[in-house]
This record gives sequence, structure tokens and C-alpha cells, in this order.
Amino acid sequence: MRRDGQAVEAGRQTSFVGRPLERVEDAALLTGRGRYADDLGVKPGTLHAAVLRSPHAHAILKAIDSSRAQTSRGVRAVLTGEDVRRWSQPFVVGVKQPMEHWSLAVDRVRYVGEPVAVVVAENRYAAEDALDLIRVDYEPLAAVVSVEQAIREDAPLLHPAVGSNVVSDRSFRYGDPETAFDRAPHRVRLTVHYPRNSCTPIEGGVVIAEYLPGEEGYEVTSNFMGPFSLHAVMALALRVPAARLRHKSPRDSGGSFGVKQSVFPYVVLMCLASRKAGAPVKWVEDRLEHLTAATSATGRLATIEAAVESDGRIVALAYDQFDDVGGYLRAPEPATFYRMHGCLTGAYAIPNLTVRNRVVLTNKTPAGLVRGFGGPQVYFALERLMQRIAVELKLDPLEIYRRNLVPPEAFPYRAAAGALLDSGNYPAALKLAEHEGGLAELKRRRDEARAQGRLYGIGFAAIVEPSISNMGYITTALTPAQRAKAGPKNGAIASATVSIDLLGSVSVVVASAPAGQGHMTVCAQVAADVLGLKPEDITVNVELDTQKDAWSVAAGNYSSRFAGAVAGTVHLAATKLRDKLARIAAHQLGVAPQDIAFAGGEVFPRSAPERAIPFARAASSAHWAPALLPQGESLGLRETVFWTPESLAAPDEQDHINTSAAYGFAFDICAVEVDRDTGRVRIDRYVTTHDAGKILNPALADGQIRGAFAQGVGAALMEEFRYAADGGFQSGTFADYLVPTACEVPEPLILHMETPSPFTPLGAKGLGEGNNMSTPVCIANAVADALSPIGDVSDIRLPLTPAKVMGLIGIDDPAPSRSRERATEPAMGDGGGRALTANGAIEIAAPPEAVFKVLLDPQALVQVIPGCHALQAVSENRYRAEVTVGVGLVKARYEAEIALSELDPPRSLRLAGSGLSALGAARGSGRVTLEAIPTGTRLSYDYRAEVSGKVAAVGSRMLEGAAKIVLAQLFERLGRHAGGAPAKRESWWKRLLRLLGWGK
Amino acid sequence: MKRLEQGERHTVSLILNGVPRTGRADNRTLLSDFLRHELGATGTHVGCEHGVCGACTVRIDGAAARACLTLAVQAEGRRVDTVEGLAGKDGELNDLQQAFRRNHALQCGFCTPGILMSCSDFLERVPGPTEAQVRDMLSGHLCRCTGYTNIVKAVLETAAERQARREEEKHA
Repeated sequence: MRRDGQAVEAGRQTSFVGRPLERVEDAALLTGRGRYADDLGVKPGTLHAAVLRSPHAHAILKAIDSSRAQTSRGVRAVLTGEDVRRWSQPFVVGVKQPMEHWSLAVDRVRYVGEPVAVVVAENRYAAEDALDLIRVDYEPLAAVVSVEQAIREDAPLLHPAVGSNVVSDRSFRYGDPETAFDRAPHRVRLTVHYPRNSCTPIEGGVVIAEYLPGEEGYEVTSNFMGPFSLHAVMALALRVPAARLRHKSPRDSGGSFGVKQSVFPYVVLMCLASRKAGAPVKWVEDRLEHLTAATSATGRLATIEAAVESDGRIVALAYDQFDDVGGYLRAPEPATFYRMHGCLTGAYAIPNLTVRNRVVLTNKTPAGLVRGFGGPQVYFALERLMQRIAVELKLDPLEIYRRNLVPPEAFPYRAAAGALLDSGNYPAALKLAEHEGGLAELKRRRDEARAQGRLYGIGFAAIVEPSISNMGYITTALTPAQRAKAGPKNGAIASATVSIDLLGSVSVVVASAPAGQGHMTVCAQVAADVLGLKPEDITVNVELDTQKDAWSVAAGNYSSRFAGAVAGTVHLAATKLRDKLARIAAHQLGVAPQDIAFAGGEVFPRSAPERAIPFARAASSAHWAPALLPQGESLGLRETVFWTPESLAAPDEQDHINTSAAYGFAFDICAVEVDRDTGRVRIDRYVTTHDAGKILNPALADGQIRGAFAQGVGAALMEEFRYAADGGFQSGTFADYLVPTACEVPEPLILHMETPSPFTPLGAKGLGEGNNMSTPVCIANAVADALSPIGDVSDIRLPLTPAKVMGLIGIDDPAPSRSRERATEPAMGDGGGRALTANGAIEIAAPPEAVFKVLLDPQALVQVIPGCHALQAVSENRYRAEVTVGVGLVKARYEAEIALSELDPPRSLRLAGSGLSALGAARGSGRVTLEAIPTGTRLSYDYRAEVSGKVAAVGSRMLEGAAKIVLAQLFERLGRHAGGAPAKRESWWKRLLRLLGWGK
Repeated sequence: MKRLEQGERHTVSLILNGVPRTGRADNRTLLSDFLRHELGATGTHVGCEHGVCGACTVRIDGAAARACLTLAVQAEGRRVDTVEGLAGKDGELNDLQQAFRRNHALQCGFCTPGILMSCSDFLERVPGPTEAQVRDMLSGHLCRCTGYTNIVKAVLETAAERQARREEEKHA
């Protein structure tokens, strides 16, 4: 009888976990019924915000005048630093340093795009109109835009109170690295740069905030996606108890990749804007705002060195790393360093390790979570080093991998810095990639190509992929003494709630804030398996309301925590509810609870399967007839489980830290061909092998791998946030920040192994970030190998754009065509912009007195300055003007300040100006000398100007040309205004004007 | 040519997914904003507002176009089709939508409406495309989640299905 019952159970229930089911999310998303934050209805009367942002990378904020903006049509309020000081406090910072980061700049701006004011208006168009009417008085400061610059003794300081741009400097030592380095026969050393980039979700940030007067706090809906530890950071900044900052996340999010973490400062900002306006406020980040100012992967400068035995075995590793975190250390930074800290030895059994981590501030957008978080940076150093070891020791790279990989029998393996690598079989994965991936064939292709003089190379990368971050890892940035004072932090609490309603249907609620990973589908699969139902019987709600739902510090969508932690917790909660149902059903059926089975939508005793009752009836009775519950059974059919991995302890006294609960493994092989003539890198084949433990839905898993791979290709070949030397941002559109399209992403060969994790409820590990970590360096290694016939290339920098690859190949640049006119070499100005200088003379048919008079007369000056729309005297000999300047196809409207000084009438004066436009800044000064000659006046000038931003990116010849045209117009008009036409024009002006189509 | 004064409000009437609709717009109101916020058709998404990402793609008189680079007033009197109009009356997904679901051709789904509209137009014009043609067409869209492979598969599969159906009809 019992055997029959088990057969019935097995026959009635198929397992859904592990199958590539279609997604329950898709019907809504494919028909335009998605519920993204900007699609949700708002309360009537909701206003719209636009953010005024700093055009300077570094400047003192002297004054803001928003009076004109406030009276602009439709405008209801303008929020400035003053309000922000009154109603909030700076964000808490992860290291002990006197730095203040407010949601709005209050006294100084530290990156281009930093919020300076918020206009709240009846619609977005009106709000943006009013931005132009706010006058901000900046005093520009010298900017630092690279780690190398920032750490110089005499570098300008971003936060003077800190006394340095290095805001954290920690050194770590594990094992006995000194002895290992002393004794090893080889040392291989490499310095690498990892660029700033981002996975740029197609949906930007969205915040809808409402201030509730009295002591009620704030209510917010936004697409912030966690980590919800930052909820505490927001509540503290707003000076309200956490319960009074109610945050709701919508069901759908248009991609996150970690990046939506950076919405959190805007949650605070819009709460304050709502307070100022006295109405709910909605803000939707546009693409320019997103690319300029949302966030960036942390840029890194790292020197890595290995002590290597002659057979290729690495006995010690030393890292010296600098992270470029931008203008502020925004939470959770400096986490980019410490997320990977425990597993800095990668997939290798290396017992000795030293690390020095320095966190550096630069005048760039604050860094933060970007998919892979810390991994791309670490592996770019470590795996490039593996390639260098093979080159320098003349060994087969795979041989070096085999000698160093953690052996399969060693798991769980405690890495030098504390990671407890949970499970895996790394050599088997290597073998799988080698054979299934066709390495022999790729080597043949390489031989053939090289024989023909073509550049073909093969690269490798081995990575451990951490998932489910230890909330305590960030405290590794503190010293053991500081940690002791602050109290221990550890764990990664996940939560899930499973409930049954009056008609017996099942709901699952999780606090995972998904952004397209299919959490609803997987939760339904997991709960269906436990309860003997079908996934379509389960309703999953992934909206998160911090005031009503079960959540804790680790909630959110990051660190690949869903499969291992959240899905596992759903399994635990469903199991707990099933056990309760079993007790209730057993009581009613008069059997033991252990005898109750759930399968095929029915509940039945294994000993008597014919007594099956439909799940819905068995489940709902607890609602309708509490009297039938067994003695002592609790009421209600709703189980919430909180789970944390036991293996996640706080960092110990010696700074050992198990940074993550699970560690997957990926091994990649990449074959590329580099075009000698264009520098284009073509990926011939890409093989990626993953062991992420138990796979819950293979179709979704492969989707994660393909997506991460595409982003890895972008990081390797195309993507970079570029800054000018003065900190001007140069990647503000998708035409400047190039991301891969369908034409640039090849199809990778994906191979799987499944070595379950012993530490997660379902044996699953994360796999969504692996290729963000492995692909950039694997492609870089392939390119290094491809270029090896040309020479030994060690300094490979991403992205490997055709221009950069041509730089590595080395080309004989054809001589530039001879300039038609005297062209001054473009030089860098002191402020880092492009410098222009010129001098010359012109004769004017009017006496010097008349010319001088024009220069001092604002009424006349407005007509003399080319492109000047308005000129207003602000003090004696100081004017504020609006000037439109055209350079080639680019036209910019500058808000300029013009000052006259060193007045020596009617002989000489100095004319200085500075201007700001949407396209960048310009400043300059020139000396004008007037000399009486028989025909009138000889005017000599000598000027030096500097332009930055977009305008500076146009060719220097065009820039010089435009400057000359403006000067020509200026002096011609001056002459005309002073009472005569210029007596003698330098002939090349006219030629140039004609050439550019402006001549008459 | 009709001249519109700044600050004027206009009544814009168009045929949205076969239904005559009317709303109010400034002369600078973008079609994307008009569809989303005035007519409530939030299926069309805005990803860059400078014509590169393709998320806002709709069909205007049948031709795929960027709603973020089109003014609402330009759509006056025209037929505008959006993602909301693809499924059957009872919400049944059309063949292209089904192929997207079957092939896991979407993740976050934010870029998907624009891609579906481009594909709809494309498959009518190019009924038997090669993979290279499909990729070329898709290069007008940015998707950060999928790596494109499954989108390409879904489009090719739909094209093949439609070809087969046409063959059948010919022989029937």
C-alpha cells in the first residue's frame, strides 16, 4: 500500500525546478502592460521635477539666484542647498573621514552633473525651461581626473578637511608572503587600468515622493532596487525613523544591473523637493542625466605581482590597488574593493597574499554597483597576470591553470583572505571547455592565420563568481579596532512569504526587487514543487513595500543573491507551510502528518492515495473551520521565513572575511582575429563554461549568461565613460557612449556543470555576473595573444577600440595634409581645456579715443560683440552677457561674464571673459592696444583662451578658424561703430570666411 | 505649411491601434510623451530621447519611427500603432509575441515594445530575411539584458512560420 502511495505521488507530480519553463512575466511585458515606475498612475496634483546640474568638475558654489525661475510659467518651487541643509543631513559614509555628501551640492561641486538645484513645476517641460533661468555663481577650481593625479602631493583636494584625496588606505597580509616572494625563482608583475563604464539600463531612475506633514514622514515609489541596507542610509539622511520612510518598488524595472542602486540619493532629494513644493513630486531621469551623473563602475589602477615556481605554480600574490570612486564615497563604496576581498586569490590555491587598497577621490561621478561589482576589476588584474606568467615563463597557459586551480577534493576550501569556496570541480570545467569548446581546432586556426601573417589569438579566463554578499564584508574597510567599536556586522538575510487564501490558492511574496531576471517564474516553480501544484497555480508578487512586507538588511536585487538565497528561502517558507497543511490534513484524515503527500494538485495519505482531496479544499479549511485544526495549531495560512547563510561571519581580527555565501566557477576561452589595417577585433569563437550549482531554470540561466557576456563584450571593446582633462564629461549620449548592438555580439558557446552548493537551500548559486567578470579580460588576453607576433604587449587597456588596438599594433600615420593657414599646435591650458592663442593687428578708420569709447559703452558693446543677445552691467566695467558662438555645425549659447581692466585710456585695456554653455566652458583674456596712426587707429591684440567640453572636442583647426572669425567680426564691428570701416583688413580673414561659407 | 505659435495648445487626433483618439498637446510635446501621458498608452517606453536606443519605436502609417523624435502634432490625422495593438482582442499574443516568449527573447522587457514594432514593420517588408538582415535591423535597438541571440531567433522563427503559412495558403 505504502509503495503504491509513493508511486502515485511520483506519477502525479513532475518537478518544475530545473526545467526551462516560459516566463509568467512575459505576457504583460509583450503587450505593453508592464508596470514600470513611470507607467504607474500618480496622485492628482503630482508635480514634476528637473534637476539643475553642475557644468564644472570642481568649483566653489558661491551663490544661487533662483528668483527668475520661481516666477517662470508653471513653476511651483525651487529646492536649493539651503533647504537641503535645513531638512536633511549628509549621507553616512563607509569610512571614518570628515566628508559630507548631501543629496544636493551645498557649498562645492565635485563632478560634472552634480545636482545643484531642483525645479518643481506642473510638467517636466516647464521645469526644464526654468532650469535655464537659475543663475549660479561658481568659482572654478582645478580638477583631478585620474588616480595618478589625485594621489600627487600637490593635488587639489576634493574634501579639504580630509587632508588628502586618499580617503582609505588599508594593508592586509595573509600567510607568509615575504618568504614566498624571497624564495620563488620567478616574479611576474603587471600594472593594469580598468576603465569607468556602466551597464546602462534602458530605463532610467524614477522617483515619486510625497512629504507627509506633521511627523508622518515620507512616502516614496521608486525603482531603487537595493541593497535595502541603504534604506537606513536614506532614512538617516531624511532624519526620520525608518518606518516613516515608506518605500515601494513597482513590479517591473527596466533593467538594473546594480546601477539602480544609484537612485537612492534621488529618493532623498525628491522627498525634500516634495516638502518644498507641498505636493507629491515625480522625477524621471533622462539619458543625459543617467550617463553623466548616475553612477559608474569603479575605475581601478592596480599593480599585481606573483611569486612563481618554475613549473608555473604561484606561491604568493601581491596586490597594490587604487580605486577611483569619484567625487564622493557614496554608500556602499568602498565595497568594490571588499566584495571580492575574500576571494582575491581567484580560483587558485595560493596560500600567501598581501593587499594594499587605497580609495581615491577624483572629480568624477560617484562610483557604485555595476554588474560584476569588483569582479571585472580584480580579474582584469589577476587573469591578465596569468597570461603574463605563461608568456614570461614560456609555459602553456592551460598548464599554469591546471597547476594552480583549487583541487576538487579540497572543497569547501578556505582561501587565503577568508573566502570559503563552497563546491566545484574546476579542473573538470577546464577539461569540458577545452574539449566541447574545440580548443584544438582554435589552435589550428591560429597556426594557419599566423602562417599567413594574420593576427589571431586565443585567451583564457578562470574566475570564481561570488554570490550572496556578506553584509559584513564592507567593514573589512575598517581596522579591527574600528570594527570592534562599531560592533560586528555579518550575514545576508533573505525573506519570503508564502500564503494560502480563502479559496486555497497560493501566493508568494519576496523582497528581491527584480529587473527582468524572471523571479516570478522561478518562485512559482519552487513553490509548485513543494506544494504539489503547477507553477501557473502560484501567484507571485515581487512589489516591495517597506512598511508592510517582510524584508531585512540584505533585501534587493544585487550580488546574484536570488537563486541561492531568495529562491531557497521561498523553498523554506513553502516547506514550512506544507508541513502545517500536512498536520491539518493528517488530523482530518486520521493519519500521521508524515504520511501526507502533496502531488498533482491533491493532498493524500501515502498509505491511502484513494482518499485524496483537492489541494484547494484541504488548504482552505483552515480559514473556514478553525475549530477543525489540531490541538495547539496556530491560526492562519501564511508563513514567512528569514534565512541567512550560516557561513557568513564578520571579519576576524586578522581580517579574514568570507565575503560571499556561494562561489560559482566560470572558465572561458576566446579566439579573436585582429584586423591589421583597422584595429578591429573580431571574436571568432567564445566558449564559456559555468558551474553555478543547481540550475533552477536553464533558459533563464542561459539568458543571464548571454546578457552578461554581451555587457562583457561592450566593456572589452566599446564602453567607457570618458572625461576631458578638466573633468568635462564626454559620454553623455548613446552616440558617445557606445554599447553593443545585435551586430557586435556573437553567440557564445555555453557549457554547464552542476556541483550543488552545500550552503544554500536548493544547492543553487548565482551566475548572472560571471561573464561581466570573465569576458573583458578573456578578450583582452586573446588580443594580447593575437598581437604577440608583433611584439610583447603587456599594457592592454580597455576598451579595445580600433584606435587603441592600432596604437598597440603601431602604424605609420600618414603626414597630415599641409595646413592652409598658420596653425598653432593645440596645447592644453592650465585648467585642462584646449588652449587657443593668437595675436594680430587691424587698422580702424577712427581715432583711438572713439574706439576706446565704444569699448566702455555697454550699449555699443552689445552690438559689437558677435552673437551677443543681451548685455547687462553688473558693476563698473563688468558685464553679464548672453552670446551665441558657432563652431562648425555646433552652436552654443554661452552665459558670459566680461570684464575690462588695466584701463589706460585711450591707449590700452585688458578684456577678459568667461562663459558657460550646455556644450562646455570657455574663458580667456586678451590685451588690446590702440595706437594713433595717420589713417586712424592701429589696434593690436594678443589673447589666450581656453575652451572645454563638447566644443573643445571639435578639431583644433576648426576651433582656431571659428575664433578668428569671431575676432574678425568683433573688430570689424568695432571699427564700424567707432565711426569708420576698418581701413585695411588682413586679407586672410576674408579668405577664411569665404572658405567656411560665411564670406560675402 | 501650417505654422504653430509657441505656447499654443493643440488638439491632436490620430488613430491609435485602430481606435480614433484625441488629446491635447503643446507644439513641442513629443509623440512619446503624448502617447504615454495624454493617451495613457504606457507600453511605448522612453530610453534615451535622442533616437539611438529605439525603445520608443512605434509605427506611423505603418512605418517604424522613433516616437521620441516625433512631435505629437506631426501625428495629427495619422495611423499610429503601438505594442498595445499587437495582441488579439482577447489578449491572445500574436505569432511574433509568442515567439518572443517561447525563445526567452526578453528579460526586463523595457526595450521590447520598440523592438516588436520595428520587427512588425520589417517582417512585412522583408518576409524572408537572413540572419544578417535581422541583426542589421535590430542594430537600431539597444537591449542590455539578452545579448540579442534569442531576439534574432524569435524573429527568424516568426518569419519562417509566416512563410510556411503563406505556402500552405497558396496550396490550399
